Amino acid sequence: MDFPLLTIILVIPLLAVGLLMFIPPSSFKSVKVVAATAMCISLGLTIYAYVTYDSSIGGMQFTQSIPWISDLGVSYSVGVDGISLPMLFLTNVIGLAAVFSSWNINVRPKEFFILLLILITGVMGTFVACDLFIFLLCYELVVIPIYIMVIIWGSTKRVTKEYAGMKLTIYLLMGSAFMLVGVVALYLQAFPAELRTFDIAALSNAHLYGTLSQSFQIIVFFLLLLGFGTLLSMFPFHTWSPDGYAGAPTAVSMIHAGVLKKIGGYGLIRLGLLILPAGAKFWAPLIIILGLANVIYAAYIAIVQKDLKYVVGYSSVSHMGYVLLGFAALNTISLTGAVANMVAHGIMSALFFAVIGYVYEKTHMRSVDQLRGIAHQMPRISVGFMLAGMSSVGLPGLIGFIPEYTIFLGLFKVYPFLAMLAVSGIVFTAIYILRVLQKVLFGPRDYGLDKYKDAKGAELVPLFLLGTVLVLFGLFPQLLMGVINSGVAPLGPFLQELNNVPSLLVTLGGIW
Amino acid sequence: MNFYVIYPEIAVLVLALLLICADLILSAVETRRSLGYAAIMILGGLFISLFYQYHIDGSVYFYDNLFYFDNYAIFFKQLFLAAVVMTILFSLDYAEKLRYSGEYYAMVLFALIGMMVLASANDFLTMFVGLELMTISFYALAGFRLDDKKSAESGIKYLIIGSVSTAVTLYGISLLYGMAHSLDFSVIEKTFNVFSPLGVAGMAMIVAGMFFKMSVIPFHMWAPDVYEGAPTPVTGLLAMGSKAAAIAVFIRILFTAFLHITDYFMPVLAVFSAICMIGGNIAAIRQKNIKRMLAYSSIAQAGYMIVGICAATPQGIKSVMFYAFLYVLANVGAFAVLSVVDCQNNGTEYKNLSGLSQSAPVLAMVMAISLLSMGGIPPTAGFTGKLYLFTAVVESGYVWLAFIGFIMSMISVYYYLKVVRVMYQGSPDNSITVSGSIRAVVLISAVATILFGIWPQYLSILTDFAAFTFLR
Repeated sequence: MDFPLLTIILVIPLLAVGLLMFIPPSSFKSVKVVAATAMCISLGLTIYAYVTYDSSIGGMQFTQSIPWISDLGVSYSVGVDGISLPMLFLTNVIGLAAVFSSWNINVRPKEFFILLLILITGVMGTFVACDLFIFLLCYELVVIPIYIMVIIWGSTKRVTKEYAGMKLTIYLLMGSAFMLVGVVALYLQAFPAELRTFDIAALSNAHLYGTLSQSFQIIVFFLLLLGFGTLLSMFPFHTWSPDGYAGAPTAVSMIHAGVLKKIGGYGLIRLGLLILPAGAKFWAPLIIILGLANVIYAAYIAIVQKDLKYVVGYSSVSHMGYVLLGFAALNTISLTGAVANMVAHGIMSALFFAVIGYVYEKTHMRSVDQLRGIAHQMPRISVGFMLAGMSSVGLPGLIGFIPEYTIFLGLFKVYPFLAMLAVSGIVFTAIYILRVLQKVLFGPRDYGLDKYKDAKGAELVPLFLLGTVLVLFGLFPQLLMGVINSGVAPLGPFLQELNNVPSLLVTLGGIW
Repeated sequence: MNFYVIYPEIAVLVLALLLICADLILSAVETRRSLGYAAIMILGGLFISLFYQYHIDGSVYFYDNLFYFDNYAIFFKQLFLAAVVMTILFSLDYAEKLRYSGEYYAMVLFALIGMMVLASANDFLTMFVGLELMTISFYALAGFRLDDKKSAESGIKYLIIGSVSTAVTLYGISLLYGMAHSLDFSVIEKTFNVFSPLGVAGMAMIVAGMFFKMSVIPFHMWAPDVYEGAPTPVTGLLAMGSKAAAIAVFIRILFTAFLHITDYFMPVLAVFSAICMIGGNIAAIRQKNIKRMLAYSSIAQAGYMIVGICAATPQGIKSVMFYAFLYVLANVGAFAVLSVVDCQNNGTEYKNLSGLSQSAPVLAMVMAISLLSMGGIPPTAGFTGKLYLFTAVVESGYVWLAFIGFIMSMISVYYYLKVVRVMYQGSPDNSITVSGSIRAVVLISAVATILFGIWPQYLSILTDFAAFTFLR
């Protein structure tokens, strides 16, 4: 494709950043309009890419490649396939929703939107990059804007925003330190000196040439698992997530829980599984155990949380456990489920944080104990709340159902007993979600809350946008699953071969 | 004798002497800014002219191997010129407040000659001359604020500890001369008996002297105090120029004079580098004063650059040169901002930077970019530089060193972010005016830092060329 569609999608928010630099800080409205326009164009182009993507051919499409740094073997190459296209779409939807959910920010809005757009660009870059160097560049680009946004526009409740921001940043940076060592080792090992490259497709073929020995793959995969696992809030590296979300402003919570975490899952598939298959296979049992811990332990904690943001924070940790389970079952069905669940959870957690953000903005309350029956005063916000909650429980017809079901299906083939345990996580999810919905939305009318208004005007955009996607993909799952399947299905034979590769269990059994 | 090869040194020397004369002629009340501009223009021209001196054949020398003019030396000369030009540019305002601002420019230029000689030295005598010229100029510069006790303390402290280290180095050189009957690096390489006790003692003393200049732990004690007390632009030049010059000559000694012992020495050097990265970064966390924090951070930076030396390959040397250049850029940004803050908010504590993002958004942004480049966060050049360093060293087998390096650089982000937090979160006490020259220099440093971060192609080619002709 000659038309550099993906590059344009990437550059538009950056152009808006350039434009924002010249807008005087006092003109609040034009700052917001510029940011919103940029994200609208970006989303429009992404939808165009989504619609025109040819699922019957599959593979990388809309590709573009320019040699970049010759001595390192870096090229600026972008492209999307069935795995990354839904993630790109997700990023744009949540990005636009995040811009509108920040419509009421009146403290230094210019800086806020500049940082927000840089953040969105960084996340998009990781999903469209076909080059490991560009991937890393974008991956770490996002950390600093988040930190600044949390410490300036965040909120101090159970933890101070300074603590939350620093915890978030340090966890992610430490994770990425491990990952960087792994990537450097991989880069050096995969090809001899003259042929070295950061091209992900070439690196994915390296294991076929036998340059990556099994033990090497095992070690490097473990390093990547530490990095991406931290980002994905894998147990026991999940504690940054609830604290961080609680301190962060709404838009950051939305983007972080909605898409940034997904880079972890995406990276595990794109780099972990495809480049280091033997390593992925070896550690799969461990990932399953940790994923189960995520699902059940985090859901259990979410039950006793008082602060709404903590409930959703732990709920997102719990849901990411399903992604880990889907990944580690290592078959096409479960992988499709894992990717789909990333999209589903992204949309619903963004919606969750958006509505909680509104409620907090209006009432300055987030506690389950203080808020009662707000459906009386804020019916529109309550609809969004309900949609997100029901989708989280896995109500059929909403986005959450099909992906989780698919994951269980894939997992059951490999680990039937563990799959049953994982299904029990749904019960816990139902407990904490229904408890919150019942108390916060549908209690008796609290007349003390009558002075607070419902969302209106621009504030409704995120609710409408995310709600539409949530219902649309719920009613027509094929829209989502078809694209993902075109990316995952070709991996079938590749995953078949993995059956013969020993895993951690075999090694442990041998020792025993 | 081919005087052509020392034309940069001659030019700078003449310029320095002219500045002193001009300073005498100008009336006492008149500003010395014009001297600074003259120096910037001539040094800038020199910087550009050096681009034409890169050559394929690396054997241009002056007076019997005393002085090499190879690509390696040219690269470092350019680096020092860039550092000094930018330092003068951002110290124009600062120098106005000094009592002897004319001499200030001349002293900076003398230090520059010292550094340039060091980059070319191929003989212990030449090295010593360069080293002393640079260091003595810095003794004077560190104590240049006569009205300030801390500055005087800084100058005296540097003088005393510096003299001791010079004595140690000189003693080492004399021992080596006793062994090899020559001071020429290439002669020593051929005759030097590695395993004789005298030789090892001499070598260890020279290395200790170099470590002192590079502020490698445990020879770093002077750095925080001197950095804190010295006038801010001088601190900046000390951090960039002095350190890079020491590293330049250290690499040349290591890979020509001591070539045969590098196999034994590299593991030791790796340990020193790890100690620097860990100690520097951890000590920096607790600092209250940003100049002190940058002093400890510069110790850690020395550790990173030594990582590249440990690789002992052309790739390693190339990565050191690459890193040294972007380290200069990052320091220019950080110290330019600091010198403005020092002038207008009277101090370089964290609290003096409070709310900088509102009183001077450009300065805050540049400060953030520079610090993140030191921390190695993309898209700044620091990330690319560290990637070069650590790939080189992993390739030579030191995976653990890369491990420590990556982890410590992530820890370093913690204290760099503390600065960012103060700048972006606090509210400003007073307004800050940013002069044109400051604006120019901070923008140059920030743009170059980002540019080399996302597109290092040309700098990479240049350093490749210089490193591969140096170490084949």
